[in-house]
Amino acid sequence: MPLNNIMGVFAKSPIKPLEEHINKVHACSEELTKFFKVVLQQDWKAAAEIRLKISTLEKEADALKREIRLKLPSGLFMPVERTDMLELLTQQDKIANIVKDIAGRVLGREMVIPESIADDFEKYVARCIDATALAKKAINELDELLETGFRGREVDLVEKMIHELDLIEDDTDTMQIRLRKQLRSLESELNPVDVMFLYNIIEWVGAVADQAERVGARLELMLARS
Amino acid sequence: MEILVNYSFELILIAALFGFFMAWGIGANDVANAMGTSVGSKALTIKQAIIIAMIFEFAGAYLAGGEVTSTIRKGIIDSGYFVDAPELLVFGMTASLLAAGFWLLIASYLGWPVSTTHSIVGAIVGFAAVGVSVDAVAWGKVAGIVGSWIVTPAISGFIAYLIFMSAQKLIFNTDDPLKNAKRYVPVYMGFAGFVLSLVTIKKGLKHVGLHLSPVEGYAWAIGIAVLVGILGSLAISRLKIDPKADRRMHYANVEKVFAILMVVTACCMAFAHGSNDVANAIGPLAAVVSVVSNEGEIAKKAALAWWILPLGAVGIVAGLAIFGHRVMATIGQGITHLTPSRGFAAELAAASTVVIASGTGLPISTTQTLVGAVLGVGMARGIAALNLSVIRNIVVSWVVTLPAGAVMSIIFFYILKAIFS
Repeated sequence: MPLNNIMGVFAKSPIKPLEEHINKVHACSEELTKFFKVVLQQDWKAAAEIRLKISTLEKEADALKREIRLKLPSGLFMPVERTDMLELLTQQDKIANIVKDIAGRVLGREMVIPESIADDFEKYVARCIDATALAKKAINELDELLETGFRGREVDLVEKMIHELDLIEDDTDTMQIRLRKQLRSLESELNPVDVMFLYNIIEWVGAVADQAERVGARLELMLARS
Repeated sequence: MEILVNYSFELILIAALFGFFMAWGIGANDVANAMGTSVGSKALTIKQAIIIAMIFEFAGAYLAGGEVTSTIRKGIIDSGYFVDAPELLVFGMTASLLAAGFWLLIASYLGWPVSTTHSIVGAIVGFAAVGVSVDAVAWGKVAGIVGSWIVTPAISGFIAYLIFMSAQKLIFNTDDPLKNAKRYVPVYMGFAGFVLSLVTIKKGLKHVGLHLSPVEGYAWAIGIAVLVGILGSLAISRLKIDPKADRRMHYANVEKVFAILMVVTACCMAFAHGSNDVANAIGPLAAVVSVVSNEGEIAKKAALAWWILPLGAVGIVAGLAIFGHRVMATIGQGITHLTPSRGFAAELAAASTVVIASGTGLPISTTQTLVGAVLGVGMARGIAALNLSVIRNIVVSWVVTLPAGAVMSIIFFYILKAIFS
């Protein structure tokens, strides 16, 4: 319908949906904490339920992603590059995909996490989710960034967040190295195939933090160009 | 000649009717452009917007509408060609009114955002060039008017950019945006009051019978500006600010302050629109009335008949009242991500440009200045997303309007000529 007035010039803001998307993605990754709690108790029924929830959230994030992509036609004039926005969206979406893969793999193989590394492993998962929480916080500053025209102190604030995100990711790397070492010392007592998959899962959980950092990096690029 | 004498009453009546029709079309067609941003950013409800529009459109039309009227009345055509056949001028102007009003009606029905100024200028040029003689059009003047349609959006965009950037610098990008908003927003209000009152005083009050010296004019304008600023401060101090404001709420509170400013700029916009666009309806009417009442003599200096400005103003308000709600409702539904701080910058810039241009007597397009202003705020990276394809459609409809108005006015011109001759 052609709008008979100036208001048709204002397109729907892509910023709000982008924030909604990261919120959805973070909600999805937060489920991992509960998931590993029940996995450590080897309650596979509860784990299946949580995996279903993760999968639902991931699907919802996907739907949001598609909607945003369709709502960003090339005829839009925006304060930031359209390509940057779409790229940021892609990176955000990958977090949810990794989380879904982790849950699927752990449940599918009914993987048992060895008692001796359970504590460290839980801390490691929590730290990785800290990263997605911070990514969410940074993306949620987008509308404030718009208010200040992507300039000035609001940009500094977001830059600080992104820097902190890098630090968290460093943390998770250190934790990952430790976990691997511990697992190596247990190798002889465990089923070799299980060990291979454990290494895998440790890596994937780390990848959640990596991906969160990548979201931060994308946001940084977006700000650097504007 | 004798036509004018024999049918003088009928001719004036017909022209007045068509003029009212055109004014009504302007009110119906432009209400969204004048008040849309205020409603879109939720600074005003639909009802408030309509009431403000009525009061200030009328005031603008009545107090500052005279200058542009004379341009439309005698600037576009070379009156030398009509000395021997003044009835042609009467027919042509009447036909132009009907054509432009008709075109607005069609465009509104189809949902095209046309410019009322374009339609009337196109219509006048059309009948004069084809119905009379190509040389009967003052092409130099017309070129100037068309040129202003390109220049004014650029100026308005530039002003909007500056206003928005200053708001960013002084308010948003500071330690305490709320405190600064309370401090500087009244200044913007004062600026709006100043521009408006100055143009009104300098250009509009002659026919009301007020004659002020330039110094008196400036003094009055500054006085009004200060008054507006103080009233604004009072209104802001009565705002309910959420004291548990973290940074996020902060901007929400700042936007509340801007919403009050938006009320002032909405008044400005309505005033500016009335002052510029009423001329599109009453300019041709004034020409008809002056020729008919002088029995065919085309006077160089004819005063506006007393009833013409109010007729146009009432026409615009009638169009607003009848169609305003419907148009505004569509805006209310189309939820736009437009905050008061953006809307104010666009409106203030557009309104300033329009009133200044009205002061010079140029019939500019209000729609265009507003689009220019919105683009200016966009350039300052203040708007989340602007739809360029919609802007393209708007520009196309402007271009189409000129020949459409011209063709229709030529047809009506020959019909009128046939009826009365």
